[in-house]
Formats: sequence, C-alpha cells, structure tokens
Amino acid sequence: MDKFEPWSEPLAREIIARHAAREGAVLPMLHDVQNTFGYVPEPVIPMIAEVLNISRAEVHGTFTFYHDFRHEPAGKHVLKFCRAEACQAAGGDHLCARAEQKLGVKIGETTADDRVTFEPIYCLGLCSVAPSAMLDGKIYGRLDEKRVDSLISEARR
Amino acid sequence: MSTKIYIPGDAAAVACGADEIAQAIAASAKKRGKEIQIVRNGSRGLHWLEPMLEVATPKGRVAYGPVTLSDVESVLDAMLGDGKHKLSHGIADEIPWLKNQTRLTFARCGIVDPRSLDDYKANHGYKGLAKAIAIGPEKTVEEVTNSGLRGRGGAGFPTGIKWKTVASTSADQKYIVCNADEGDSGTFADRMIMEGDPFVLIEGMTIAGMAVGATKGYVYIRSEYPHAIATFTDACEAGRKGGVLGKNILGSNYDFDIEVRTGAGAYVCGEETSLLESLEGRRGQVRAKPPLPAIKGLFGKPTVINNVLSLATVPIVMEKGAEFYKGFGMGRSRGTMPIQLAGNIKRGGLYEVAFGITLGELVDEIGGGTASGRPVRAVQVGGPLGAYFPRAFFDTPFDYEAFAARDGLIGHAGVVVFDDTVDMAKQARFAMEFCAIESCGKCTPCRIGSTRGVETIDRIVANNDRAKNLEVLEDLCNTMKFGSLCALGGFTPYPVMSALTHFPEDFGATPKLPQAAE
Repeated sequence: MDKFEPWSEPLAREIIARHAAREGAVLPMLHDVQNTFGYVPEPVIPMIAEVLNISRAEVHGTFTFYHDFRHEPAGKHVLKFCRAEACQAAGGDHLCARAEQKLGVKIGETTADDRVTFEPIYCLGLCSVAPSAMLDGKIYGRLDEKRVDSLISEARR
Repeated sequence: MSTKIYIPGDAAAVACGADEIAQAIAASAKKRGKEIQIVRNGSRGLHWLEPMLEVATPKGRVAYGPVTLSDVESVLDAMLGDGKHKLSHGIADEIPWLKNQTRLTFARCGIVDPRSLDDYKANHGYKGLAKAIAIGPEKTVEEVTNSGLRGRGGAGFPTGIKWKTVASTSADQKYIVCNADEGDSGTFADRMIMEGDPFVLIEGMTIAGMAVGATKGYVYIRSEYPHAIATFTDACEAGRKGGVLGKNILGSNYDFDIEVRTGAGAYVCGEETSLLESLEGRRGQVRAKPPLPAIKGLFGKPTVINNVLSLATVPIVMEKGAEFYKGFGMGRSRGTMPIQLAGNIKRGGLYEVAFGITLGELVDEIGGGTASGRPVRAVQVGGPLGAYFPRAFFDTPFDYEAFAARDGLIGHAGVVVFDDTVDMAKQARFAMEFCAIESCGKCTPCRIGSTRGVETIDRIVANNDRAKNLEVLEDLCNTMKFGSLCALGGFTPYPVMSALTHFPEDFGATPKLPQAAE
C-alpha cells in the first residue's frame, strides 16, 4: 500500500477547509497537504490563496521559502543525513561520501529508479550520539560504515 | 508485585534502539510470566549510556546501559534477580556524572513519565504556578526579574524585562510564544525537555501568560523533532483534561491554552522575528526592530517570545524564589545552564551546572575528551554561529561576558568537540556555506556576503592572491557583523574569524600571524 493518497482536488479542498479558521493557517495547510499527498501539488497554491483571501504570490512565497515543502513527490524512501557540525566532528563527512557512492547519487538527489531520495538535514538534535540519520521518519544514531550500509540496503528494498 | 522498568523514549535513546529494546523487554517478561510495568521516561542526559534502562528497587532506581538488543535477556535477569550485570551502574542518582550536577531546569527530566500530569504534580509540579497565582502578576514579573534569569536561546536578554514590557503594554490580546526551533548543531536541551518533562514548559508558559495578561500560547517546534512534537502535544492534551490548560487554571480566574505549531526546515526561523512571520503564515523573513515583539509581536499584538529553557526555568524560580536561583552562577550570568556536550566526545549528553565552570573542565573532565581517543583540537560553542576555541582558551569560564570577551558566545550552550583530524578552513567555509543556504534573503550582507565568503575562503586555501583575499575576508566579516539585520549574518563571522585567527596553519601556505591571545 502506498503511504500517500493520489492527487484529489476534493480531498485537497477538504484539508484546506480543516485549517481555515486557524490564525496564520498557511504552514499547517501546507504540512497537512504534504503529509497526505507526499508533496504540495501546484493547484493547491491558488486554493489556499482563495480560502484565506490572500494573493497567490504570498502563498507561493511561503511555500518556496521552506526546505521541507516538496514541489514533486520524493523517491519511495527518504534518507536524510545530518550534515551539521556535530555530525561532521564525529566522522559524518566520510559516511556521507560512502552513502553517495553506494547510492550512486549526490546528496540532494534521487536515485534513477526513484527508490531513494538522499537529502541533507541540518541537525536532528542527536548531536551526542552522532553521526545521525533519518530513514522514512525513523531516527538512527551512532552511525558507522556497517550501520550506513544496512540503512542503504533497507532503503533500497 | 509488578516491577517498574524505565526505558527512555527520548530521541537520543530511540536512535540507539530504545523502542526495539522496550518491545523485547515486554515480550521477554511475558514469556517469563513476570508482571512488569514499562515507563517511557525522558533521558537523564548520560547519552553515552543510552539506551539506559532503570529498574525501581527499594534502594532506588538502578541503571543499566548502554543496553543493546543482545543484552535484553541478561539485563532482565539482573533486574528481576540479584541486580548483578556488567552494564549495571548502580543507583542512578549516585552516578557521579549525574550527582555532581545542579539540576534545576532539568530536575525532573528522565525521572518522571513525561505524559503523566499526576507524576509531574507528585514531583513538585505546579508549585510555581500556585505561588504565582497567590502573589499576582506584578510580583511574579518582579520575581522573575530579580532572579537574574536571562534568555537561554542565545541572546541572554533578561527574561523579566521582556515580560515587564509586555505586561505594561495594553492590548485586547497578548501572546506567549515559545521558541522551540532549536536548530543549532550541538544542542538538544529543548528537545529533551519537551520529550522528558513537557509539563514544566507548559507550567512556565502558563506563569508567563498569567503574569503579562496573555491567554494564548504558541509553541513553534521544528519539524526535525517529531518525537518532541508528539510528546509535547500529548502533554497539552493531558493538561487540558487535567485542568491546567484552558479556563480557570488550577481553579483561578486565569485562562490559558497552548497550540503546537510545526516549523518547516528553515534554520533562520529560530530568530524571533522570523519565527513570528512563520507563525503568521509567511516566509520566515526577519523583521527590523523596533518595534520590539514585546510591543508589536505576533499578529501585531504584544508578545513574550522566549526560548524553551527560559520558560522551563520559570517554575523553579517561582517555587524556590529569586534569591535561591540567583545564588548560583557568576557575574551577570545567574543560575544554572543546561550544557550540551556533543560531537566527537567520549561522554556526551546534558550537563546542567551553575555558570562559572570552565570550558576545559567540561570538555576534558566531564566529557572525557574525544570519542576517537585523539587529542582535542577545537571546540565550537554556541552552534553554527559560535566561535571555534583552541585548547589555549580552555580556562574560559562558562559565562556570557567571559565568552564575549574572547570573541565567542555561549549561545544555547551547545559544545561541539573536534579532534586533531579537523580541517579548520573547511569548517570556516562550511559556516559561510550554511549561512548562504539558510539566509532569509532580506539583508544584503548576509545574502550576498555569505556566498562571497565561500568564494574568498576557496581562493585563500588555493593560495590565490592570498594577502589580498585575507583582507577581503576580514572586511566581508566586518560588513556582515555590523550590517546584518539578525544574528545569522551578524554572527557567521564568529566561526570564520576564530578559525582563521586560532588555526591559521589550516588556511594554506603562508599563515597569517595569530593575533595575541589573552
């Protein structure tokens, strides 16, 4: 079963209506849309603008500002590597390079078969058990070569 | 009688397998026909021992760690039997690393069940709010001011003064905003509080609301913290059911409620005005000050915006009094600081202690040096915008002013340790690169300066017109420092210039002479 719903305009309208009465509703709406469809489909932008009576440009501006919001679906699995200082200090650079080589993509890219999207994340707050990573929302600390390899084979499955 | 076993649900423990261990312990106990009760507590902060399991005994809680899946059977044998095990550390409270701390903000973290209001109340919870209600708003603001508590987010602004400004500004609606956008690498104290003792934050925000006349609070938690979001949201729900959020808090005439909002991966939203923009549903672009958020903040209303730790410290200040809290610390840095030891460190975790402890004590004695076993070469204090200090600065006491005097900052008190394999030119370049990625784009020194900074450092390292480019870099850093709207552009020069000043040998062939150390 797929984690996400296929695009549906009525469902999108329903999600947006759910948050319409909240103060500063744009981020909660975008989050909810993305959690449902896996990304923020383009038709959502004017829908939000209409409900909140603000301009499309303003919603588009908000949408494009934040790293979290996706313009298109990610690969089947999302592997995020922490690339911040504490993980760098604990050998994260080497492990990131190893993951890039094993996956055959650079960080920030998706594998050609759409299996794995490999992304940087700036700090999971696991700096005392660094280096750390997140695979499909599940967190992993004290990474070493062996643990990275097993994460990658899990993501490839 | 059922045995009570504590298995942390803190993200640092979960990242090291705590969830799987909890399942395995439950399954094994069932197979043995033994009745156990598993409590998913927060972390005590001894992260090198995570997952650290504890079992309640008549003598106190006995700790075992770091437990792996293959230890589950033997650890459970020990817990249900004579207690002997190679991973046993004896009574948790007696472990020197824990015993030598002064736990005020973190008094309950790792001890209580974070989702239980009853547990919180049984451990001094809501005594601070009860006192605040009894003495009234004005005296509450006075108490917080007198305690000397300063903003724990990094800026160190006196919390009481902020509150006073909001209290004395009249408006139909005021807000309490909690900044839980803990984006600095090397920091996790906010996360630990939200996952380990969320009610202390709820109580602190409620006291703030009562003191300044705000009925609504927002907690802006970064999306990188799903466990904190889940635990804190559950605690708010339990608080509403238990009568500590909503109408007539604790039977008083005060109303207060909290809404949790999730960030979306923008580091700059940890800056208070950018956070307010984000809460309002816009791009997280920094606002020029004035007007201060205390006068025109969220939706243009007077707003107290405080860091998680500042708010979570308020209950103990109220319960024990300003004089008690002020009794800890040094100079103008009063009270305690939850210091986070991270990176390449042997004993990483959370260490709460009075201001005044030296950097050397923290890194060498408490942290035990590097995890790799190699010599410590540099320490970055205060996140990506903090300076890199060499060993020569290990006598610096943990104090806002002492760090500033050495061109550094405490920030949110994250300490990231690097061994001698670190390339400091690479770290300096990363600081500029990170600023370029995360800049909100509003002011030119930050937006353009950071990109030019990366290019200039590349030229210096390539020995391309060195002398001239060193000048350019210094000039660029000055422009960023004095010309940026907020700390992102304004403080990025700290890691860059400190790396260049203290570790010139990493920047290429003919090192610039280091400036005289103090």
